[in-house]
Amino acid sequence: MSDYLLEIRNLHKSFGVVEVLKGVDCGMRAGEVISVIGSSGSGKTTMLRCINMLEDFQGGSILIDGEEIGYVTAGGVRRRKSEGEIARQRALTGMAFQQFNLFPHMTAVGNVMLGLVKVKRMKRDEARAVAERWLDRVGLLDRAERYPGQLSGGQQQRVAIARAIAMNPKLMLFDEVTSALDPELVNEVLQVIKALAADGMSMVVVTHEMRFAYEVSTRVIFMNQGRIGEEGDPREMFNRPRTERLAEFLKSSPFTK
Amino acid sequence: MDLTGFFNEAFAARDSILKGLEATIAISALAICLGTVLGVSVGLALTYGARPLRWIARFYTDFIRGTPVLVLVFASYYVLSTVGLDLPPFQAGVLALTVFCSSHVGEIIRGALQAIPIGQIEASKAIGLTFPQTFAYVLGPQAMRQILPAWVNTAAEMVKASTLLSIIGVGELLLRIQELISRTFLSLEFYFFAGVLYFAVNYAIERFGQYVERRVALPA
Amino acid sequence: MGYTLNFAAVWRSFDLLLEGLALALGLAFAGILIGCAIGLAVAFSLTAKSQLWRRPARLYVTIIRNTPILVLILFAYFALPEIGVRLSKLNSFILTLAIYSGAYLAEVFRAGLLAVPAGLREAGLAIGLREGQIRVSVIIPLMLRNALPSLGSTFISLFKDTSLAAAIAIPELTFEARKINVETFRVIETWIVTSLLYVATCAALAAFIRFVERRLAIPR
Repeated sequence: MSDYLLEIRNLHKSFGVVEVLKGVDCGMRAGEVISVIGSSGSGKTTMLRCINMLEDFQGGSILIDGEEIGYVTAGGVRRRKSEGEIARQRALTGMAFQQFNLFPHMTAVGNVMLGLVKVKRMKRDEARAVAERWLDRVGLLDRAERYPGQLSGGQQQRVAIARAIAMNPKLMLFDEVTSALDPELVNEVLQVIKALAADGMSMVVVTHEMRFAYEVSTRVIFMNQGRIGEEGDPREMFNRPRTERLAEFLKSSPFTK
Repeated sequence: MDLTGFFNEAFAARDSILKGLEATIAISALAICLGTVLGVSVGLALTYGARPLRWIARFYTDFIRGTPVLVLVFASYYVLSTVGLDLPPFQAGVLALTVFCSSHVGEIIRGALQAIPIGQIEASKAIGLTFPQTFAYVLGPQAMRQILPAWVNTAAEMVKASTLLSIIGVGELLLRIQELISRTFLSLEFYFFAGVLYFAVNYAIERFGQYVERRVALPA
Repeated sequence: MGYTLNFAAVWRSFDLLLEGLALALGLAFAGILIGCAIGLAVAFSLTAKSQLWRRPARLYVTIIRNTPILVLILFAYFALPEIGVRLSKLNSFILTLAIYSGAYLAEVFRAGLLAVPAGLREAGLAIGLREGQIRVSVIIPLMLRNALPSLGSTFISLFKDTSLAAAIAIPELTFEARKINVETFRVIETWIVTSLLYVATCAALAAFIRFVERRLAIPR
């Protein structure tokens, strides 16, 4: 059992001939909330997607609670783990997407229950109880029987977060979850994430919302061209950026100008 | 137009007409069922198959879809006996229609599966579902709603295509009507009658399809 | 099996096959031209405000789309003479193709019309254009660009349907192929070559349509 909940060691990832992650190192302890900021193309979303193997990576390693994710090196040969093993490892993390990706043919509670029944092998009534509890946590118990098509964007995203958290992951991954929302719906989602952070959930949050990163994170990572440009305490980084690139980037956001 | 004559003749020949209708329904049903089963395999191969399998499925689909149904019927009718498969016209015709149906169904399935946003697969992966689970609970149900109207359309096409089997002498409805016409010379009345019968069958299929679509539609 | 492939017999009559192919293309082209005129008129009818226009148009489309084309072909050639409309084989077949494709094109054009923003008509009226001028200069050109892909695939479908002209002994490609088949007994070769001719022509037509789509596309 390692000291770190999440370890990223020398992560390298290419799309074809284009190298997108050029050696990323990061360690995260349980209970931390890490915000990842940076411009488009900096690699922040790609790094997040490597953690739950939605993207393969060619070099380096990722460990969750000391367990190697996705690949195993035996006798000097690096091999991708079996699909079944990778599926099991994916349940260690929970992910919320920019496009919500709710299953449109299931109700809100049905969406949350699917993983509980099929992956965690819970009985249906037990799963329903857990699902309803989490929908209540995100403030949507009264909408449990609605279909995604009947919910607003903010409501859909909250159901998506409930779906991920209900699986009881060790680590939550948020991929720009407010970027696709109308401005007036952004706050309800941020409130939910803040509440989860206050309860001690370990999170990695890729976001454009600078005020949110400032208020909630224990640490901020600034990604720049496939590498970590700067990292540290949010107050330090936003008020006294040490690198030119970060200073430039912060100027573009109204909160940090 | 000789209406009383027509009704007399039609009534007298009702056995033959009913047998023809029976054959038409049998041909259509067989072609639809077998074609759908085959088509599902083709569709899955086109969407999820390894490269060589996909190429074979692609070649099969493109070749069949580029060929007129009548040519498929003739090919089946004439060629099979030379390769040792001595099928009577009925079976040869059903085989041709089955192959035709499978290429359409394959394309429909491929289109429906590829239209599902990739985010659905990612969300399924994120909660730890394996691919078979993802297909069974997430992709399949969504694809079904898209496939249904196109599939009903294909079913109606099969009924219409069954008429082509008259050209190779299968005793389905159109051939029976043509036999009647050659006896009674009432071509206007009987061709019109044939049109009405086929229209009735296809219209019923169309309405059934609309009913099913409404029943499975998601609330919005 | 004892069947050895020998394409020479088919090769000798290849010019007949090509003539048949040319005739098929000609029939399809004539059919789609008239079909477009019918389809356009019916499409405007379908989207008209008054039921007086919409009802008959919808009836026409529903009836034709649910009737097998072979029945229509036989009706046009054999039954129509009884009410005094005596057409040559070619003319009756082209008429059938036109009426058949007209029903499908009506739906294609209707969808294209609905995709043209309503505000354009009002903008035209605002500058003093009359309804007819707006239709010709604004609505129809835009509608055709929307409808081009579907129009193209309807044409390819119609081209394949020309194979049914064989049923009334018009010497198009399938009819010639059957003749060669029956005379030379080279069944496999005949139908492979015929199939390939159809598939190749369909592919060429599809490529041509994509080319036209690109040429006509509005620069963005």
